[in-house]
Amino acid sequence: MALLQISEPGMSAAPHQHKLAVGIDLGTTNSLVATVRSGLSSVLSDEHGHTLLPSVVHYNADSTVEVGFDAQKKQNQDPHNTIVSVKRFMGRGLKDIDVSQLPYKFTESSESIGMVQIETRAGIKSPVEVSAEILKALKTRAEQALGGELVGAVITVPAYFDDAQRQATKDAARLAGLNVLRLLNEPTAAAVAYGLDNASEGIYVIYDLGGGTFDISILKLSKGVFEVLATNGDSALGGDDFDQRIFCWILETSKLSPRNAYDTRFLLSKAREAKEWLTEHAEANISCMLSDGEFVNVTLTTNEFIALTATLVQKTLSPTRKAMRDADLNIEDIKGVVMVGGATRMPHIRKTVADYFKQAPLTNLDPDKVVALGAAIQANVLAGNKSDADLLLLDVIPLSLGLETFGGLAEKVIHRNSTLPIARAQEFTTYKDGQTVMSIHVVQGERELVSDCRSLARFELRGIPPMVAGAARIRVTFTVDADGLLSVSARETSSNVEANIAVKPSYGLSEDEITNMLKASFNSAEADKKARMLAEARVEAGAIIEAVTAALATDGNLISAEEKQAIEAEMQRLQSTANTEDADAIHHAVEALNHATEAFAAARMDASVKKALSGKELNTLDL
Amino acid sequence: MTQSYFELFGLESIFNIELPTLESNFRKIQSESHPDRFVTASATEKLQSMQLATLANEAYQTLKNPANRAKYILELHGITAISETNTAMPTDFLMQQMEWREALEDAKGAKDIDALESLLREMRQEADALKTELGVLMDDKHDYTAATATTRKLIFIDKVCADINKALAQLED
Repeated sequence: MALLQISEPGMSAAPHQHKLAVGIDLGTTNSLVATVRSGLSSVLSDEHGHTLLPSVVHYNADSTVEVGFDAQKKQNQDPHNTIVSVKRFMGRGLKDIDVSQLPYKFTESSESIGMVQIETRAGIKSPVEVSAEILKALKTRAEQALGGELVGAVITVPAYFDDAQRQATKDAARLAGLNVLRLLNEPTAAAVAYGLDNASEGIYVIYDLGGGTFDISILKLSKGVFEVLATNGDSALGGDDFDQRIFCWILETSKLSPRNAYDTRFLLSKAREAKEWLTEHAEANISCMLSDGEFVNVTLTTNEFIALTATLVQKTLSPTRKAMRDADLNIEDIKGVVMVGGATRMPHIRKTVADYFKQAPLTNLDPDKVVALGAAIQANVLAGNKSDADLLLLDVIPLSLGLETFGGLAEKVIHRNSTLPIARAQEFTTYKDGQTVMSIHVVQGERELVSDCRSLARFELRGIPPMVAGAARIRVTFTVDADGLLSVSARETSSNVEANIAVKPSYGLSEDEITNMLKASFNSAEADKKARMLAEARVEAGAIIEAVTAALATDGNLISAEEKQAIEAEMQRLQSTANTEDADAIHHAVEALNHATEAFAAARMDASVKKALSGKELNTLDL
Repeated sequence: MTQSYFELFGLESIFNIELPTLESNFRKIQSESHPDRFVTASATEKLQSMQLATLANEAYQTLKNPANRAKYILELHGITAISETNTAMPTDFLMQQMEWREALEDAKGAKDIDALESLLREMRQEADALKTELGVLMDDKHDYTAATATTRKLIFIDKVCADINKALAQLED
């Protein structure tokens, strides 16, 4: 692995390995990759100097794939095989999508209610695979620009993405061969880029209208801590909808019949051009010839455009009011409103936001780049490049998690806007004598009826010891991690038997499907796979030895000499195992070392918390 | 963990805690324990971090909200504020409850945002009075039996506020 060695100003004199980490904004319309170099976050461009990568994937007949501008050029000629705005389909079922205006052939995955898939000439593609192509292109761009392999990436998602959409994004990154350091909410990323730039303190609103999603986040910024107070949004509202309104208006005013896929795509791109033109002009002329020789020539004025899209703009205010209420804030409490996303360039959106918050919104950072820039800053911190870790993001879960109870009602287990990570345990019992299996349906959303919420997964608990009805005590723990992803564990508490959980994600891909896609994408022989696993095991071994050695050097005094010796013995064992060819043995040695360091890790955590609470800064402590 | 939530944040176990200290100590603990600090650490450290960060969040949410804080203090004294067998409320408060509920239903039916908001303000004033009372009962008089009744009222008012907010949110849709 070729790692760049950059010593940053103010860092210790010891040679410091700068780890290559990037932030990726995987957008509906455009995607970007950014990184921190010499302390500055910047967006990486391709060989032609383009920073934006259109989120467009084109599948050729010979099953090669084009991404970005090359794919975009194909979208009018070959709309069926050119996937645009794939983000709208991530973690979504057929019933969630308005297919009438889209040129794709959708199918549902093998399961009847799963994530949609698109039939292309290169075969059936899941939105996860399409997104992976975009991520691969960005990964290649970054590795070429930085001259080495990436240790990881922070990938941004709309704050209002539910669990299925987040999981789909993480799966796409895995398919693209990226190590995901964290899924970061887009508005939070924007706040980082904005806040650090301006050394802001106080309460800020991030209004993020992208190509296909709308997010509103309210954050409290204080001494490098970014605490999300509330978030809300609409994961199916964005700049695309404004194009759609213009498109319908063109059909109506030109008295055109419904169009074929080619014309639809073509007119949508004309609509988009008109929308962008109206940002700085009073009227836009749309004139073009359609596939049947029919001619379109219409002029759209700013006032008509505003009237046409007024309901869309109003639709963003409802989540805004809800977030303000959840955060228990008044307009006067807001210190600034940051505009994010290309769609916030539209003057009537800026005006509406200014009117609502009674202040001019902040637009000094490029709304297309600010999310990627913030993600890069976070990636840099997470990869461990910044030793004075003064940046901390405390984010929340955007939508409540609930369980299906009798009568199809959803009972909330974790409430929206709870700070992550969070865990909640709930106790269940059996209703039949000798019952050994129980099923649990997890949903996400605010509505009372399960049918109005989003189904996330069905869990089947097996191996419950047979008892009389009502005697078993099954404690199910729901954990949502810092990525906003849910995991579930269960235990029968009276007998302390761990129940097995069979998870069936409602809109996700199964582990098998991912493995198969990975296999197909690597096209690797068994030997390659083994070599890969060995290489990964060795990297893992190296990382943990490095971490434990560093920990012993600084905090070795927290444990007894015997404990220290035991850890060192395991470390040596791992060191020698890592030189063998046995990936399994290396994994076991890593686990043994992990186990041996449990008490030490607890002691370190305890000591660092005590230190922090004692009120002294770490660097002023006499050690 | 045998530590109480108050001990975790280095606070005295009283009702009238210093909120700025709670907030800044919460941030300090998260700065040390948040999973973002352990992305490249060993699995053991990741687990430790996840557990402590989760506990800190739970503890912070409990102590930040006055009704939850009062309920938690009662728990520390072995009293369950709301239980199947312990739901007694004074008659005048019950009457008052019914009036608020009716006002809420009326405003909801009439889709009257102003009425809902004015009801919300009324509930907040009511809550403020109860909080003052709890400070005296818990911190000065250490009368936890009397505090239980007041806590129950506060929990009830919190629920009405949540329902008002829910009604307001529904009117948005």
